[in-house]
Amino acid sequence: MGALNDLLHGFAVALTPMNLLYALIGVMLGTAIGVLPGIGPAMAIALLLPITYGLDEPLPAIIMFAGIYYGGMYGGSTTSILLNTPGESASVITAIEGNKMAKAGRGAQALATAAIGSFVAGTIGTMLVVLLAPLVVRFAVQLGAPDLLAVMVLAFVAVTAVLGASRVRGFASLLVGLTIGLVGIDFVTGQQRLTFGIPQLADGIDVVVVAVGLFAVGEALWIAAHLRRGSARVITTGRARMGREDWARSWKPWLRGTAIGFPFGAIPAGGAEVPTFLSYVAEKKLSKKPEEFGRGAIEGVAGPEATNNASAAGGFVPLLTLGLPTTATAGVMLLAFQQYGIQPGPLLLRNEPELVWGLLASLLIGNAVLLVLNLPLASIWAKLLYIPRPYLYAGILFFASVGAYAVNQSTVDLVVLFVLGLIGFAMRRFGIPVVPAVIGVILGSRAETQMRRALQISDGEISGLFNTAFSVTIYVIIALVVLWPLINRFVVRPLRRRRASGSTTEFTESTESTEFAEPVADQSVEAGVGASSALSESDQPRGTS
Amino acid sequence: MISRITAWGQGRSELLVALFLLVLGVFVLFDAARLKAGIGQRGPVGPKALPLVIGALLVVTALLLARDVLRGGRGEPEGGEDVDLSTGTHWRALLLLAASFLANIALIERVGWPISGAVLFFGCAYALGSRQFVRGPLIALALSIGSWYLFALGLGITLPVGVLKGIL
Repeated sequence: MGALNDLLHGFAVALTPMNLLYALIGVMLGTAIGVLPGIGPAMAIALLLPITYGLDEPLPAIIMFAGIYYGGMYGGSTTSILLNTPGESASVITAIEGNKMAKAGRGAQALATAAIGSFVAGTIGTMLVVLLAPLVVRFAVQLGAPDLLAVMVLAFVAVTAVLGASRVRGFASLLVGLTIGLVGIDFVTGQQRLTFGIPQLADGIDVVVVAVGLFAVGEALWIAAHLRRGSARVITTGRARMGREDWARSWKPWLRGTAIGFPFGAIPAGGAEVPTFLSYVAEKKLSKKPEEFGRGAIEGVAGPEATNNASAAGGFVPLLTLGLPTTATAGVMLLAFQQYGIQPGPLLLRNEPELVWGLLASLLIGNAVLLVLNLPLASIWAKLLYIPRPYLYAGILFFASVGAYAVNQSTVDLVVLFVLGLIGFAMRRFGIPVVPAVIGVILGSRAETQMRRALQISDGEISGLFNTAFSVTIYVIIALVVLWPLINRFVVRPLRRRRASGSTTEFTESTESTEFAEPVADQSVEAGVGASSALSESDQPRGTS
Repeated sequence: MISRITAWGQGRSELLVALFLLVLGVFVLFDAARLKAGIGQRGPVGPKALPLVIGALLVVTALLLARDVLRGGRGEPEGGEDVDLSTGTHWRALLLLAASFLANIALIERVGWPISGAVLFFGCAYALGSRQFVRGPLIALALSIGSWYLFALGLGITLPVGVLKGIL
């Protein structure tokens, strides 16, 4: 049990007063940010990156960001349960049932099952990271340049194909991100690419500025242009608590949610959207009272909430072992590592054991603190929902500007920030997801390095990109993901149709499915890739991250 | 009828997105063609390879997007807790926000962050409908001066002090 031993050392690191303080700041900030509408953990970490430039030690900053990551999800569920904005709050699956429960006077129970479920899933998930990370690293250190390139291409394709309603718009976003990543001096030959002869662009566009521009400025401009006039109503509720029957109905969804969420978080499949949706569908099918679904079923809060947190924990496996971010928040966390010259990847665990184990231990501590912070205090946190919107969004633009300026002390960065903000605005306007662009900027240059390295080893033979069993496997998976719509149309659907005409019972089952993912919903339980198409074919609004 | 007109309007503006991608792709291809393999090159693949791939893919994506739009595909505007998509775009608020943002860029190195930041914050708050003409500027000044001290004392980064030199 080497991993548990290492974790104990991690606790020794995490429990120093300094690190404990940053963990506390992180979870408090995270909860507040999660509650505030319009700010997600990814935006918050992006806004804080310039401020943490000044910290000498990487560990406190990274502990704080991890606290924001976990805390944001606790706070987010409070908002989706208590904020009564018709339609839009359904972007979080929790809101479907949670909001109904709150309206029916069961807000306290909804908050309680969300918080306890998040705690259970977060704790189990983090322990799974502790146990799995060393195993994955043992395998990952053997990966060569073609393998790493294949994994990055998989991340590109998965994030692009899964997020949002339209694949072509996802790819447009990814390519814009990769183009932004090209700007600057080519590190091998020293030639300038896409710099327009502007000297400040020769060093490339700072990824922090890109993240702040697309996430913070773009989001603030978009919301400002469509700001809801008249404040949204907040449902008041008492202290979060639940009775014996609620416990009995919640514990299984928590565990099932953890089981669904963790693996989805650990593979590059675009974050928590697909698994939370799957969890909701599964709980609805397994519930003894399916008629309560749509009217405030506690299972519909417990399952997706646990899934959400488990998938956040699962995201740490590829981040810490391969340096591969699978969500927007993991992407900006990766920037936090890079800011200190630390490159997450197979060697991270060997080179920085104190950092990794300290981080994981502080995640467990933070998770416990979050439970204490949120169970009795959720209704107090909800008061943040009354913040005047002009000040909230003015504040976001203010901190975005000061942060982006501080990075290089240059007004050129502010102009770049403004242009990126306008691009971010346009992307939201035309339904182009933002996350693929940010992942493209972050991973683009690393993917190019691995590509060149692989071709250098093979002396220019193109086969050098896929001459290992591992890379071939990954490319087959990529091909399946890319070609899924065609496979679905010409292979899966005809097969199903033949089967459905054979047995009428199955047909009735699929028609009574769920109300928002109509005919493809039952298919999505069978295959992970199917879930993505289920989401993209229904008009599922994207979560704000 | 009205909804058909707006749907048509959105379709046309989405073609502009496709056009943007096309122009960007062609531009990336031209920029890549200009690059020379160079003496510093190690390995068979130079600085050209990736831009050529990205530029080509941009052109392909632009065409696919245009095809999608012409066939009736529409990007779905992003929702959110504070977003109300039933009303149109508040262009006036957006322009005022942009003006405040650009004012900060123009002013920060001339009059310093404590003033330009306050202008930015209050300008944005005003653009978004705040009409508290005493409290708003006070909050703005407190934030900009506070953040100046935070960066100077906490992080050792001196933001432009401008006309307040010697006072702060």
